[in-house]
Amino acid sequence: MLAKRIIPCLDVRNGEVVKGVQFRNHEVIGAIEPLAEQYAQAGADELVFYDITASSDARVVDKSWVERIARVIDIPFTVAGGISSIAHAQEILAMGADKISINSPALRDPELINTLVDEFGQQCIVIGIDSFYNEQTDTYDVYQFTGDETRTQKTNWQTRAWLREVVARGAGEIVLNCMNQDGVRKGYDIPQLFSLRADCPVPLIASGGAGSIEHFHDVFNQANVDGALAASVFHKGLIQISTLKQSLIDAGIAVRPA
Amino acid sequence: MSSKQLVIVDTACANLSSVRFACERLGIKPEVTADIARIQAADRVILPGVGTAQAAMRNLQRLELVDTLQQLQQPVLGICLGMQLLTTWSAEGNVDCLGVIPAQTLRMQAQQQPLPHMGWNTVTAVGDNPLLHGLAQPEWFYFVHSYAVAPDAATIATCDYGQPFAAMIRHRNYFGAQFHPERSGSAGSKLLKNFLELTDANTRA
Repeated sequence: MLAKRIIPCLDVRNGEVVKGVQFRNHEVIGAIEPLAEQYAQAGADELVFYDITASSDARVVDKSWVERIARVIDIPFTVAGGISSIAHAQEILAMGADKISINSPALRDPELINTLVDEFGQQCIVIGIDSFYNEQTDTYDVYQFTGDETRTQKTNWQTRAWLREVVARGAGEIVLNCMNQDGVRKGYDIPQLFSLRADCPVPLIASGGAGSIEHFHDVFNQANVDGALAASVFHKGLIQISTLKQSLIDAGIAVRPA
Repeated sequence: MSSKQLVIVDTACANLSSVRFACERLGIKPEVTADIARIQAADRVILPGVGTAQAAMRNLQRLELVDTLQQLQQPVLGICLGMQLLTTWSAEGNVDCLGVIPAQTLRMQAQQQPLPHMGWNTVTAVGDNPLLHGLAQPEWFYFVHSYAVAPDAATIATCDYGQPFAAMIRHRNYFGAQFHPERSGSAGSKLLKNFLELTDANTRA
């Protein structure tokens, strides 16, 4: 039975893991490799490294940390943030990343998705979508540049239409970040994830809102997502991966034991 | 083991580095090369692969490696697409492959479940599978693929996703793993170690 995936997400700035409060005031948590190894050994099914250096800075930056991670960990990992060309993608994948995740650059140039899929194969192209529920209009809207709040802006895409568009262009996996829930630890956005699941024939990863073990149960049971991504609950030690996984196994959810 | 020369065939594909690093974590230094003489002289050969069967076969032809890879006598391990390339034919691009394992690669029928088949799934050995020695039954491995080999006489391990498929295949000295041992934690590491430590008796089929 295919296991539901538990995916810790680490923010990387200038080759170090950092922790920010609502995208600001980043403090350094530590070097990347020991933290990555620690999560792999704790039973994480894969890891996402979100490069916040790149998202707000167009300079060519040192990505050698990708290779350092690939050397030490023996589970899959994705690099997200600032990848906007074939050359970028090639560099990251050649250093040993299993997947690359594209967000704002795909909104700027949707054709980029086709290009990357043709070049590297569907299996390593993940599309991240930042989706915000607008109560006034009762719509889910796609946002871009969410890595930098001074540049964050609403796009003309509604989430369902954009999801269909990126899938049609060959995306191999979707990470749906539900912005209303992000950072508040009140649970994943089940109604939104459930509603979009039917439109997503590729793996769907829930992101935003994890605060307790019950939230993981809910998102797997009620939204049938393939994986659940979380950051702060793991970094702050609020949830141990082994405890989480045992709880899911006890509830009959297919999970690889930690 | 450390005295054995391992070659990873340089197919210029995406998982080359991770396969190399996985071997290095086992304490051996593989050579990544597309050189015919180096491949022929190796004690062990790994054929990695990510991408499409059509593009990969075109690459092997361009590198003039097809004959060489078909005539190897030492243990060979194809990983993911590399395993599919060992079969006779792939539906992905309707392309003839190396044909060293009598099996075929077909589009997966996942019964409404998402494709690619991506994540950790359980693998069960069929018969005596020397690469799974010392591992749990079933054991968890990491998969990412949309095409798969149908179970048949060459199958030495199975997995299930909507339908059963061959997680591992073998014919004589040629072995294939549909999953990524280089990304499958300690189980994958043990499998690679088993491959490096295969004795002649294991590969005479």
